[in-house]
Amino acid sequence: MSLIEITEVRKSFGANEVLKGINIDVDPGEVIAIIGKSGSGKSTLLRCINGLELIDDGSISVAGAQLLPDELHLKALRLKVGMIFQQFNLFPHLTAGGNVMLSQMVVKKTPKAAAEAMAHKMLERVGLGHKYDAFPDELSGGQQQRVAIARALAMQPIALLCDEITSALDPELVAEVLGVVRELASEGMTLLMVTHEMKFARDVCSRVVFMHQGRVHEIGKPEEVFADPKTPELKQFLGVH
Amino acid sequence: MIEFSLWDIVRNLLLAARWTVVLSLVSFIGGALVGTLLLFMRIGRRRVLRLFAKYYVELFQGTPLLMQLFLAFFGLGLFGIDVPAWLAAGVALILWSAAFLTEIWRGCVEAIAKGQWEASSSLGMGYVQQMRYVILPQALKIAIPPTVGFSVQVIKGTALTSIIGFVELSKAGTVVTNATFQPFMVYGLVALIYFALCWPLSKSSQVLERKLNVAHRNH
Amino acid sequence: MFDYAWLAQYWPVLLKGILVTVQLIAVGAVAGTALGIACAWVRSLGPKWLRPPVTAYVELIRNTPFLIQLFFIFFGLPSLGLQMSELQAANLAMIINLGAYSCEIIRAGIQAAPRGQFEAGASLAMTPFETFRHIILVPSLQRIWPALCSQVIIVMLGSSVVSQIAAEDLTFAANFIQSRTFRAFEAYFVSTAIYLVLAILLRQVLIAAGSFIFPRRSGR
Repeated sequence: MSLIEITEVRKSFGANEVLKGINIDVDPGEVIAIIGKSGSGKSTLLRCINGLELIDDGSISVAGAQLLPDELHLKALRLKVGMIFQQFNLFPHLTAGGNVMLSQMVVKKTPKAAAEAMAHKMLERVGLGHKYDAFPDELSGGQQQRVAIARALAMQPIALLCDEITSALDPELVAEVLGVVRELASEGMTLLMVTHEMKFARDVCSRVVFMHQGRVHEIGKPEEVFADPKTPELKQFLGVH
Repeated sequence: MIEFSLWDIVRNLLLAARWTVVLSLVSFIGGALVGTLLLFMRIGRRRVLRLFAKYYVELFQGTPLLMQLFLAFFGLGLFGIDVPAWLAAGVALILWSAAFLTEIWRGCVEAIAKGQWEASSSLGMGYVQQMRYVILPQALKIAIPPTVGFSVQVIKGTALTSIIGFVELSKAGTVVTNATFQPFMVYGLVALIYFALCWPLSKSSQVLERKLNVAHRNH
Repeated sequence: MFDYAWLAQYWPVLLKGILVTVQLIAVGAVAGTALGIACAWVRSLGPKWLRPPVTAYVELIRNTPFLIQLFFIFFGLPSLGLQMSELQAANLAMIINLGAYSCEIIRAGIQAAPRGQFEAGASLAMTPFETFRHIILVPSLQRIWPALCSQVIIVMLGSSVVSQIAAEDLTFAANFIQSRTFRAFEAYFVSTAIYLVLAILLRQVLIAAGSFIFPRRSGR
């Protein structure tokens, strides 16, 4: 059985239909790259999976939990899927450790000591154990994004959604974040990432989804998709003729 | 005619200024309490309450404080009670302050980046938890300078209560003027006392604002 | 319990009060903003020696009640030989008051102007004042126009205290009516409603004025 089942998902903003019937099934441990031009609906799709945008039609389920627009169902779903954002969105009033601890304590009601231990462990895992007491504005962009990953991991999700997580970073900081993601992939974490890092997609992902004008245009293993694009749109996007 | 020394005048004004201070404190604290309540209505998820708070603010910001004082004075009187000036003054100033504080604080809550809501949502937090742990702690910090700044408006607002007969600094100014026939000096002194009360607050509001901006630039 | 029959007889009194209030804010807004622009120029770009007195004026006005400013002008200044009518005093007080507040608002707009604008002006051989006048001023005003509109409305609502020096504005009319009819609550209720309408209309007028003064120009 698939871990994430996206079936006939439609979403409009006003008169503008950005998702026109999306079907994707994701198996446990898969790493999926979603590529496409801006405005193709790829970020919207990720945001729908986390319930940040409500879908108009179709269904999304994660490990059997249906996405329904009430607080209880949303919370159940969000406990299973973590999300990393382009702009990091760390809580500026809390330290790195505090960022990782907060939702464990208030959402999962984890006791403080256990949350603290988890925060240390997760920050260690992204290579920032020594930054436990640093505030977000004392960290580089790459470090902030790694804290954001630790924060999501601390909730022990079964899948992670990554929304252009390296796009806001200076070029020299991209590698440290992708390194963490690569490690997560090798540990078997299920990942859905919207990305512009084509080389990373080719090397790490198990499947690539090319979205165009609100539809899944092509889907397949990276070696197929990149080496042998079937449609003119993908050829144009990849710059091969 | 009795001769008034400068000290007599200053002493009388300072004694009356105590009531300006007391009324300002009561209005500010009361306004903050009512304003907090209104804020939660204004940013809450119940449409009826949101609209109520919105129109409350527009009503009190769209009419003169003096009229609000008159209406409190004569309106409370309609209930058959003999309204002392301090009561009407306190009620009107509290309701008026609440409207302005609500609007200031709403601006602070809305100034928190959308990403903060999304990140906390994605971590499974509910509305109350987001407010309690993520949004309000940040909003509170940026709310301090404008809130301190508004306290100056409250102090100045209390001057109007002299018109419905509450004896504070402005009223004392009129009384002393009528006794001494030295309006230039007396109102000048009254202005100086107000200035001494307000300026430190204005200044600290500015300093706090600047500190906050510097802290923000480090991001 | 409520009785509004007096309206039939006294509406001309209210109307006259409305006209005075409108006149006060019209003069106050235009002259006050002009004063504010001048002071903002001094405080941000003007001659250094002029800055302390202008700063003192701004701080003094912003940290004292309008009522006291009004009393000082109307009751206090005559002892210096400056006699004026109630309306003149009210007008002057409002101009001085708005001048100080708008100075700070406009100054913030000037400070937000990009450095490059000043440099561009200088590179075109403009004097600093010409740069201010032709390049900096209008976009700066456009940037802060909403804040300035709000301040004008605050001053309009604050003008209700000019009734205390017997300037015959809307509040004065309400006082007059309540003293004749003994329907105090109703008189103030009606005039409060009129103030609310005036405030809403004034905002519309100011927004319209803004789109007239700043047609399609970007304030950023």
